Amino acid sequence: MDLLKLGALELGQKIKEREISVIDATKASLAAIEEREEKFHCYVTVTAEEAIKRAEEVQRRIDAGEYKDSPLAGVPIAVKDNICTKGIRTTCSSRMLENFVPPYDATVVKKLNDAGTVMLGKVNMDEFAMGSTTETSYFGVTKNPYNTEHVPGGSSGGAAAAVAAEEAFLALGSDTGGSIRQPSSYCGVTGIKPTYGTVSRFGLIAYASSLDQIGPIAGNVSDCAAMLEVITGHDPMDSTSVNRKMNRYTDSLVDNVKGMKIGIPKGYLGSGLDEEVKLSILKAAKSLQERGAVVEKFELAAVEYAIPAYYVIASAEASSNLSRYDGVKYGFRSSDFEGLQELYKHTRSEGFGDEVKRRMMIGAFVLSSGYYDAYYNKALKVKALIKQGFDRAFETYDLLLGPTAPTTAPKLGSSLADPLKMYLGDIYTVSVNLAGLPAMSIPCGLDSKGLPIGLQLIGKPFGENDIIRAAYSYEQSHGVIRPQVCGKETV
Amino acid sequence: MKTYETVIGLEVHVELVTKSKIFCGCTTQFGGEPNTHCCPVCTGMPGSLPVLNKKVVEFAVAAGLATGCTISQYTKFDRKNYFYPDLPKAYQVSQLYLPICRNGGIEIETGGIKKTIGIHEIHMEEDAGKLVHDPWEDCTLVDYNRCGVPLIEIVSDPDMRSADEVIAYLEKLKLILQYLGVSDCKMQEGSLRADINLSVRELGAKEFGTRTEMKNMNSFKAIARAIEGERKRQIEVLEYGKKVVQETRRWDDNKDTSFAMRSKEDAQDYRYFPEPDLVPVKISDEWLAEIKAKEPELRDAKMLRYEKEFEIPEYDAALLTSAKRLADIFEATVALVGKPKEVSNWLMVETMRLLKESGREAEELDLSPKKLAALIQMIEEGKINRTVAKEVFEQIFKENVDPESYIREHGLGMVNDDGLLRDTISRIVGDNPQSVADYKNGKEKALGFLVGQTMKEMKSKANPGRINEILKEILV
Repeated sequence: MDLLKLGALELGQKIKEREISVIDATKASLAAIEEREEKFHCYVTVTAEEAIKRAEEVQRRIDAGEYKDSPLAGVPIAVKDNICTKGIRTTCSSRMLENFVPPYDATVVKKLNDAGTVMLGKVNMDEFAMGSTTETSYFGVTKNPYNTEHVPGGSSGGAAAAVAAEEAFLALGSDTGGSIRQPSSYCGVTGIKPTYGTVSRFGLIAYASSLDQIGPIAGNVSDCAAMLEVITGHDPMDSTSVNRKMNRYTDSLVDNVKGMKIGIPKGYLGSGLDEEVKLSILKAAKSLQERGAVVEKFELAAVEYAIPAYYVIASAEASSNLSRYDGVKYGFRSSDFEGLQELYKHTRSEGFGDEVKRRMMIGAFVLSSGYYDAYYNKALKVKALIKQGFDRAFETYDLLLGPTAPTTAPKLGSSLADPLKMYLGDIYTVSVNLAGLPAMSIPCGLDSKGLPIGLQLIGKPFGENDIIRAAYSYEQSHGVIRPQVCGKETV
Repeated sequence: MKTYETVIGLEVHVELVTKSKIFCGCTTQFGGEPNTHCCPVCTGMPGSLPVLNKKVVEFAVAAGLATGCTISQYTKFDRKNYFYPDLPKAYQVSQLYLPICRNGGIEIETGGIKKTIGIHEIHMEEDAGKLVHDPWEDCTLVDYNRCGVPLIEIVSDPDMRSADEVIAYLEKLKLILQYLGVSDCKMQEGSLRADINLSVRELGAKEFGTRTEMKNMNSFKAIARAIEGERKRQIEVLEYGKKVVQETRRWDDNKDTSFAMRSKEDAQDYRYFPEPDLVPVKISDEWLAEIKAKEPELRDAKMLRYEKEFEIPEYDAALLTSAKRLADIFEATVALVGKPKEVSNWLMVETMRLLKESGREAEELDLSPKKLAALIQMIEEGKINRTVAKEVFEQIFKENVDPESYIREHGLGMVNDDGLLRDTISRIVGDNPQSVADYKNGKEKALGFLVGQTMKEMKSKANPGRINEILKEILV
C-alpha cells in the first residue's frame, strides 16, 4: 500500500487503529519531499527534524490515549508561508522577511497543533500573497505537478502543488481574491475559502484585511471539511472573528442534493471562458442535476465591476498593511543608506518585488487626498452592490456554480508580462471575497492537455455546509479525482 | 500700529490611566526598561491584530459627558498612515470620520469674566513610542513601551483669545479629567500634551488669519511664553507686509523662541481610511447611562457643597477642591472627626507647605485621613499641644507614622500635671526677677517671655494656655 495515496482522514483512521505509525507517515512524506522537491519546488522551508520530533511526540500521546476526538491526529501537513509559526521562519516568499522568525504561532497553527497534526514545513507562495501564479516568489517558482511547464496557480501555489504531489496530506492556504481556489483548480485538488470571519486571521500576515481568509487545501472534500472543522472558531485575538455556533462540517458529508437549488450566473459563461472549461463545468452541473438538484442559469448583478473594485480595495489595504516593513524593527534592512529617508527607500526598494510594489503604489494612489472619493470610496460602494447582487441571488438559490478560473494553468513565464490580463483571470473568484462569502473549488476533470479544471461552488454567508454537501455528492458520482503526479496513474 | 486679536485653538492629547493598552494587554505603566512593556500587537509584528480595550471607550465617554459633549453611539476607527520610527505599523489607529464625542464646552473664568470654550470633538487613538538619541553611539534608539497607550485627543474650537484663557482652559480640563479618574494629567510625564494653533487678525476682522501649530511645550508656563512669543512673531511678520506661513513650529523654552518644523510643501497626506481590523463600536443607551451614573461629583459642585455643608469660606473650598485627592482626604477626615474648619486648616496650611517643599503635587497626596483625624482628636483632648502637633504631622506626611505610637515613643505627650507645672513656673519666676518686675509694671510682653521660658524648660510639652493662666495667678 502506498501510504501517500491515502486521504488525510483515511490516514488518521489507520494511525488510530495502529496500522500505521505517525513516524512512518511523516517519514514517507519527508521522503516524497526529498525526492520530488527538485521537480516541483513546493516548499520554502522543510522542517524535517522538528517534524520527526513532533511525530514521536504525537505517537506517544496517541499511545497514552490522547487525541481521541481528533481524526487528523498524526497527519503530516504543510503551512503557507504567510502564516506565522513560532520559531520557524515565515517569509511570505519575500526578501523582506527572508529571515523573519515569528515569536508566536498563528491561532490556526495552535488549533492544528492541538489536533495532533505534524507540520512538514512552510510552502511557497506569491510574494505577500500578491499574484496568481506563484511566480512572484522571491525563492523561485513552484511547478504544477501535472505538467512542470505550467504554473501551479497562486498565491497558494506551493500549498496546492504539495497536496497534488503527495508532499503533504493537507495544506493551509490563504485566499484574498481566489488564492486558495484558483491553485486548487489548477492543481486538481480541493480547497475552500470560508465565510469571512469564520477562521481567525491572528498570525496571518495581512495582505487585504477585509478580504483575507485562511482555508484548507486537501485531496478530497472529506479531508477539506475535516481540516476546516479544526481551524474554524471564534478567536478573541481577532476583532473580525465571528462568535457563532458552527455546525460540524463533517456532518454535511452526505450524498444528498435533492431539491437543492443551484444557480449558474450567465455572466460567468461569457467570452473569455475557455471552451473545454465551460463544457466541463456544465457537465458537472448536469451531474448534480441528475442527482436531484435543481440547476438553472440566471443573471447575477455587478459581475463586471468586481475586478476593478477588488484591485482598488485590496491594493489600498495592502499599501497600509505593508508599510510596517520599513527596515526598522525586523526583517530586511538595506545595507546601503544614509539617513532615515534612504533607510526607508532603499530597504523597501530592495526588499520588495515588482508586483508588490505595483500594488502598493496603486493602493497609496487610491487612498491619496483628491483621489480617495473617486477610487477607494467608489470601490467600497461597488463592493456593497456586489454583495447585494449575491444576497438577491441567494433569495432563490442555495448555491451558485461556475468555473473557478477561465482557463487551466497557463505556462510558466507567460503571465507576468501583462499584469492587467493576469488580473482579469480572477474574474470568478474576487467577487466572492468582496461579498465575504464561502466558496470551494473541486476538481471536475482534465482538459485535452491533461491539466485540471476546477468547479467553484459559492455559498450563502456561513453556508459551508451546503457547499460541502453538494461537493461531496458530486465527488461520490465521479469518484475522488486523485492527483496525477507527472505521469503516475490515477486511481 | 494696528490692534491685533489673537485667536487660539488647542489640541490636547491625554493619556488614559487604564491598566492595559488600547489594543493589547500590555501594561500602560510609566517607565520600565525599554521595550519590556510590549507584545507582537503593539510592536506591529506581522500577523498581529488589534482588540479594543473596553475601558478606553468608557473613559472617553466619561470625558465627553463631563465636558457636555454629544456621545456618538456608533463610532469607528480609522488609519492615519505615515512613516516614522516611533510608529511600528507605519500607521496610527485613530478616529477621523466618526469620533466618539462632539460639540461640548468648558466654562472658564479669567479676570472675573466667565466664558465657554467650545470642544469640537474628542476622539480615541493610540500613542506612539519614544525615540532616544544616543550621543555616544550617534544613533537613535526606539522604545516601544509607550506604543499603544490609549489617548484621547480633545480638540477645542478656536475660542481662546489670550494666554490666560488658554491656561484657564487647560487647568479646568486637567481638573475635570483628574476628578473623573481617567488620567493623571502630568505634563512633565507627558500624560497631558498640548498643541497650540494660533493666528492673529486685526481687531474687528471677520476672517481668521493664517494659523501656525506649536508643539513641545512641557509646562503651563512654557505654553504662556510660547503664546506670547508666537503672537509677537506673527504680528511682526504682518507689520512687515509679509504673510504668515502655515506651518508647524517647535517651541524651544531655553531659547524662548520657536522654529519651523515642517512647511506646507512637506505637508503629509495621511491617506486616512476606515480601519478594517476593528469593528464599529455601538454604545447602548444602557451602557451610556451606566457610565453617566459612575461620574463622581465634579469640582464646581463639590466646591459649592463644601461652602454650604461645612460652612467654610469660598477660598477654602476652592483650595480644598483644587485636587480630588485633597478633597477626598478632607471629606474622609471630617467624617471621622468632624471639625471641618480645623481639618481644612491642616490641609491648606501645613499640607500645602510640605507639598511645596517636597516638590510634589496635591494629586499625589498620600495622607491617611485616619491618622490626621487621630491627631486632631488628640489636640482636642489636650494630649498634645499645637507645636508638637505640627511636628507629628510632618512625620505623618513624610513617613506615614502612626501619631499615637510616635508621640508615645518620643515622649511628646503634653504634661498636664498641674503640680509639676507650678513647680517649674515657680522656678522660672524665681530665675527671672526682671521680667516679673517688667510685667508688674505693665509690660505684657514680659509675660510672653516667661511663658516661653517655661515652654523651653518643659521641652514644649506643656499647654501654653495653662502656663499663662498659672503665671497670672502667681504674679498677681
